[in-house]
Amino acid sequence: MADLALTLNVNGKSHTVRVHPLARLLDILREELKLTGTKEGCGEGECGACSILMNGQVVNSCLIPAAQAQGAEIITVEGLAEGEKLSPLQAAFLTHNAAQCGFCTPGMLIAAQDLLNRCPNPDENQVRDGLSGNLCRCTGYVKILDAVKVAAQEGSSR
Amino acid sequence: MIGAPAIRKEGRAKVLGSTCYTDDMSAEGALHGATVRSQIPRGILKGIHFGEGIPWNEFVIVTAADIPGKNRVASIVHDQPFLVGIGEEITHPEQPVVLLAHGDRQLLVKARKAVRLEVEELPAVLDLQSSLDLTQVIYGTNNLLKEIHIRKGEPDSVWSQAAHVIEGEYRTGAQEQMYLEPNAMLAVTERGDPNAQVTVYGSLQCPYYVHGALKQLFDLPDDQVRVIALEMGGAFGGKEDYPSVIAGHAALLSWKSGKPVKLVYDREEDLVCTTKRHPSRTRIKTAFDTEGKFLALEIDFVLDGGAYATMSPVVLSRGALHSTSVYCCPNVHIHARAAATNTPPSGAFRGFGAPQSLFAMERHMDVCATQMGMDPVELRRKNFLKIGDSTATGQIIQENLDLGGLMDRVLKEIGYHDKQKAFAAHNATDDPIKRGVAFSVFMHGCGFTGSGEATMASVAGVEGLADGSVSVLAASTEMGQGKNTVFSQIVAEALKLPVDMVNTAIVDTKYVPNSGPTVGSRTTMIVGKLLEDAAYGLKQSLIQHGFLKEPYSPEAFKEAVQKAHARLGSIKSYAQFHKQPHIVWDDASYRGDAYPTFSWACYAAEIAVDTVTFEVKVEDFVAAQEVGRVVNPVLAAGQIEGGVAQGIGWGLWEDVVSNQGRMVNNQMTNYIIPTSADLPRIRVIFLENPHPAGPGGAKGIGELPMDGPAPALLNALQNALGPLRLDEVPMTPERLLTRYEEVYGG
Ligand code: FES
Ligand code: FES
Repeated sequence: MADLALTLNVNGKSHTVRVHPLARLLDILREELKLTGTKEGCGEGECGACSILMNGQVVNSCLIPAAQAQGAEIITVEGLAEGEKLSPLQAAFLTHNAAQCGFCTPGMLIAAQDLLNRCPNPDENQVRDGLSGNLCRCTGYVKILDAVKVAAQEGSSR
Repeated sequence: MIGAPAIRKEGRAKVLGSTCYTDDMSAEGALHGATVRSQIPRGILKGIHFGEGIPWNEFVIVTAADIPGKNRVASIVHDQPFLVGIGEEITHPEQPVVLLAHGDRQLLVKARKAVRLEVEELPAVLDLQSSLDLTQVIYGTNNLLKEIHIRKGEPDSVWSQAAHVIEGEYRTGAQEQMYLEPNAMLAVTERGDPNAQVTVYGSLQCPYYVHGALKQLFDLPDDQVRVIALEMGGAFGGKEDYPSVIAGHAALLSWKSGKPVKLVYDREEDLVCTTKRHPSRTRIKTAFDTEGKFLALEIDFVLDGGAYATMSPVVLSRGALHSTSVYCCPNVHIHARAAATNTPPSGAFRGFGAPQSLFAMERHMDVCATQMGMDPVELRRKNFLKIGDSTATGQIIQENLDLGGLMDRVLKEIGYHDKQKAFAAHNATDDPIKRGVAFSVFMHGCGFTGSGEATMASVAGVEGLADGSVSVLAASTEMGQGKNTVFSQIVAEALKLPVDMVNTAIVDTKYVPNSGPTVGSRTTMIVGKLLEDAAYGLKQSLIQHGFLKEPYSPEAFKEAVQKAHARLGSIKSYAQFHKQPHIVWDDASYRGDAYPTFSWACYAAEIAVDTVTFEVKVEDFVAAQEVGRVVNPVLAAGQIEGGVAQGIGWGLWEDVVSNQGRMVNNQMTNYIIPTSADLPRIRVIFLENPHPAGPGGAKGIGELPMDGPAPALLNALQNALGPLRLDEVPMTPERLLTRYEEVYGG
């Protein structure tokens, strides 16, 4: 099978890559672009560790075939901070110990950012629903909910 | 420092997504590895055939015949082969037989399927009872991986005179750790390299276990093997012993090919072949006097260990030692057995046997209370251990223990007495939603069991660096529990420095001493205490050499370290664990001080159960514990919340379904762990009672929260639905329906 040539915009930068036709968007990010912040926890759309924003929508990058990423605008966890400055969500995750092992954190931050983009002042149940596609095995979610609420209060919607 | 909510040391990298986990490492020219497994529970391997259509000459292929050293995984018992050789016995359906490596992952997937194993099948033992009945002898002479008796008094003299004798049988299922990061290893080997011929980077809890396993596998001396523990995406015991196998496999492929090899399991492989919590069956017989005081306890505790011993002997030990929970009883006999089956080996998982036996006992207490017409609160209060009492092993409780106070605090917090009344009224109506509230009281032994710590004699140290900061030298690994931060806080407190002047060194066996495995709630209390001592040693030597005078400022300390470093080159101070003379333990008779101390807890749960769908919703959860002194309240609360979530999952949803010894729901879609929408806000309370065995008075907390939720939830179900046969976890809706129909009809 011939390689696939694609152009996509990731965290504000345009990239052209050649990939295996069976590659997933997750593989492009991790292997071609060396953006290893996005994680693979299951490879079947269940855990959310691979969550990214694609054209403004949160998606599981393990389920997106490479071809679909042609021309897409993508934001990964690496695109959340501005230089050294953490985004309000990242800062709240840090101060509230919302990241324990940290493996779910990149996906969780993306899902939380997407939630705040859509719903700047969510109540606890809205946060629970908004993050229910992202599994965390370490925290019991309490500190994550706290962090998202604090970030929302500080007006993190961008 | 100690007691402060210091920010997680590695937290910034984690929220930036820049933390390097094993699969994030890139190595020039690395190949991908894959494992071909047995697929039948028991048989003799007769041949290996490589099918058509695969360019096999491009592949690195490793079989048992390629192993340079001993084909046994170094562990408590050296019984497990890295690879099954031709003519040898296959003992479970996921046993590794052939290893493959190639640069193209897609081709590797195809190749793995093209390897065919020729096997002469043998009858298998697939469940605990068949193993105990010796339907086939599959391990040793009696299928037992370990057997323990603990005796106190004369239970047999009591049964006939007791006012009440109550028996029960309880079961718990396997549970998957489900760390979010699947197992991963990267091996780099260099034959003849004097610095280290075999180097492994990986997601692993116990670098020196892996180090020992690789030495034996390659027949190499200590300094020729190097293990580097990278950041872990969770572990919970699941990366305690199995990483030795994966590291060995990756290293064998690298050894044969001369190239770096990455062996990363996908989720399905990780779930189907790696260790899980031991399934258990506990039979309890209790005798009470007319007041409800314990007269005798007989406990028959059995674990399903799977095909090899792995951690079973110590998991069994911990389970047996927790099986009487927090009660004082004059006559006790505990008979504990871990039996082998032809299933993938069970292993370590947070709690390490204690959740199984505590589930049985804490559930049994509510069953007994109902049968004797007593209040479960008062029945427990009558029997709680207190200062001066002795446990089943004869350990005398030395601390001023107030379990009644702890229990009352929790009951008040959740509104137990008011809710019991309100729910009784509500449950009498025809609303299909029934409500219940109940609790469990329990403890968790801190550190290794019995003489474990004394035998291990762990070492940990601190080092003054050229820039004047202090580095922590310990083999304890970071799996999210916060050891980087907690260790830094302990050392900072001992040296009276701000916590940002202390950091933890990379966990690399070339540089850090063997401070033992990162397990058993021992990191803060045992290794932390060694670090406290090592820190004092560092300060003393700075003073003795005239670099430092007390009192000093952090700035003065920094200058002293800089000067000492410039003058002496390197300044390190180590401390080693020594047997404490007042702690006495006899392994042969299982008598004495089982643990240096225990953490104590009471957890209460409020649930609502729908009697149409049998879905259970956890409405409120209060977790109160006495853990000595809390080193970092924010990290500690996070440990408790996460552990409770796992305990709730085990109690209600997490069901490993097996067929012919294989897990068949080995995906995240059908093995269900709690999501943010499934859990209540877990309310955590710490009561402090500093204990001299730990640094600054701290005890262990990591495993404790796994012990209490399951019995509290099932007790709450009993409160909601009446005395059903609530004898098993997970109590899935299907199981609950069956039990409901037994009492109320279909
Ligand atoms: S890796 Fe994509 S959802 Fe789990
Ligand atoms: S922090 Fe470990 S999985 Fe969420």
